[in-house]
Amino acid sequence: MNPSEHLRNDRLIWIWTQMLRIREFEERVKRTFVEHPGVIRGHTHLGDGAEASIVGALATRNSGDPVMPSYRCHGYPIVLGTPTNKIMAELYGRSDGICKGFGGSMHLADPARDFPGATGIIGAGIAHAAGAALSAQVRKTGQVVYSFFGDGASKQGAFHESLNLAAVWKLPVVFILENNEYQAYTHVSLEDANNAAGDPLSKKAQAYSIPGVTVDGTDPLAVYDAVKKAVDRARVGLGPSLIESKFYRLSAHGNAITVPPVPTQFPKHEAVEVYGRKTEYDAAKANDPIPKFRAHLIGRGVLTEADATAIEEKARAEMDETVRFALASPPPAPEDALKYVYA
Amino acid sequence: MAQEMMYGEAIATAIIEEMQRDPTVIFYGQNMGMTERDPMLKMFGKDRIRITPISETAEIGAAIGAAMTGLRPIVELWMSEFMLVAFDQVLNEAPRLRYMSGGQVKIPVVFKAGYGFAAGWAGQHSNCNYHLLMGTPGLKVALPSTPADAKGLMKAAIRDDNPVVFLQHFLLTLEKGVVPEGDYVIPFGVADVKRAGTDVTIVATGWMVQKSLAAAEHLANEGISAEVIDPRTLAPLDVDTIVSSVKKTGRLVLVDQAPRHASVAITIAGEIAEHAFSHLRAAVRLVTAADTPVPFSEPLEQFVLPNEDKIILAVKSVLSKQAAAV
Repeated sequence: MNPSEHLRNDRLIWIWTQMLRIREFEERVKRTFVEHPGVIRGHTHLGDGAEASIVGALATRNSGDPVMPSYRCHGYPIVLGTPTNKIMAELYGRSDGICKGFGGSMHLADPARDFPGATGIIGAGIAHAAGAALSAQVRKTGQVVYSFFGDGASKQGAFHESLNLAAVWKLPVVFILENNEYQAYTHVSLEDANNAAGDPLSKKAQAYSIPGVTVDGTDPLAVYDAVKKAVDRARVGLGPSLIESKFYRLSAHGNAITVPPVPTQFPKHEAVEVYGRKTEYDAAKANDPIPKFRAHLIGRGVLTEADATAIEEKARAEMDETVRFALASPPPAPEDALKYVYA
Repeated sequence: MAQEMMYGEAIATAIIEEMQRDPTVIFYGQNMGMTERDPMLKMFGKDRIRITPISETAEIGAAIGAAMTGLRPIVELWMSEFMLVAFDQVLNEAPRLRYMSGGQVKIPVVFKAGYGFAAGWAGQHSNCNYHLLMGTPGLKVALPSTPADAKGLMKAAIRDDNPVVFLQHFLLTLEKGVVPEGDYVIPFGVADVKRAGTDVTIVATGWMVQKSLAAAEHLANEGISAEVIDPRTLAPLDVDTIVSSVKKTGRLVLVDQAPRHASVAITIAGEIAEHAFSHLRAAVRLVTAADTPVPFSEPLEQFVLPNEDKIILAVKSVLSKQAAAV
């Protein structure tokens, strides 16, 4: 029996609700580039398509377990309970931002909710996650660390060094490789030896003699089952696992890189824009995890159509409010730039 | 109470005392704690003394992650050049994560490494790369020149809530000196006047402090009174003590084992130009390594590095009538 079969109805609804909240948040971010040009500076990366994977994984979490995502990091704190208006205000560079406007989209942090912070350098955070697991092991806290990173990061030295170190020290960490098929603009088949050979990316686990599985990352319950097994194993001291969660990023890698004052927006997905694979992209859209899980819950009788609509309306209202809040939040005082260099 | 001990021993003493004092301090690196007979391993156990693979990115990155979540790791990197393998973690992770979080996290971690091994280690194991480190806001950099400073600065480094690069000079490892016992902590950002003088200020770091003191002794025999200052930490840098000394002596010689354009000397020269220009009675002189890699063969190596004779010559030049006329 799979662990997800024990999930109660309210928990299943919670999973879908969090997925939806992430999606509605990301939609508002994307729309900001159109409706309020110039409000979001720099480079922003969205997690639409990743919702089932993020929430399915985090649904296995015990309170206090650290979560260490990559720079594509909006979704995780939304699930952990960081107020979404503070996340949006951070993206807008405002004083009410969760990092007071010092980090922006790629560097969210909410250590009070077990999210110590995200790094913008691909793969670097995998080593930090191993370190958080080292801390849990030395302090004997019983925590398990959730390390999230993309398929591109699995070619970084930090990935390989950290998996080896975590395996040899039996660190309580679960490595969740989010394979969304595109490493920035490059298709995985062009840069990953396992993929090029027709193998799953989870095969990389074999190099470090740890369990490695590949799951359907568009199904939150499949992700839940795989992650739960890995977390249970880590929590009793058996060491790390690698989970390849396969889904499809539904937006482009990020907003177009332009030099101010040239406005920027999200371009079409690389599959269409660069590779001309409209069929591939349309298929991924048709497999969108949000309506899919909604239909699943209604089909199981967990959720009624009316309940679903009410949850959707609530999520939309919440995210509309985040935009209003963030737009109204004052910018930081310039001289605050000298704060926080040193503790 | 104080006892005589070697520089390397003083650093080890500081680490042991801090590990006894604080159970969140851990210490790991390559080729350490390899057998049950290891004295540190016996004292603190396998959880807190660890051997790592040759994986600087994972070693340093994991230390950062552990520091973000409740530990105070010390990473033994052995040679400062090995940090270059993981410079993203050293320069772009450890010193940035607190700032980018808007002050929400702290990163109390020590990267411990030897440097400046001018003893035939050639181009890749003899370097002084501290200019890169001191130029990275968010990092602190300690550079002890005596056993007592080594102990006091290591204790301060471990207790600091920020990432600290602790650079120990290889050629000072066996140097002996009197070291205070127990809780001896030297605050960062406080320079030490190693020798008081009135005619000229010499600022030096690490191994060059010893060379400068020897030069000052030689100059004293010729009736020249040199003041020798060791900043002890490069970030934060105690500019005030140097400015005060220059206001007194009016002359400044900066001695540095790093190549001229990657030296702390050149940074101090800039500070003095801004803050003490009107007190200078001669142009500032820099005695640094040449802007070359460090060569292997001894005569080549000696040629590019600063030494006692070059310091004496520089001091005499800033005291000459021509210099005074500048």
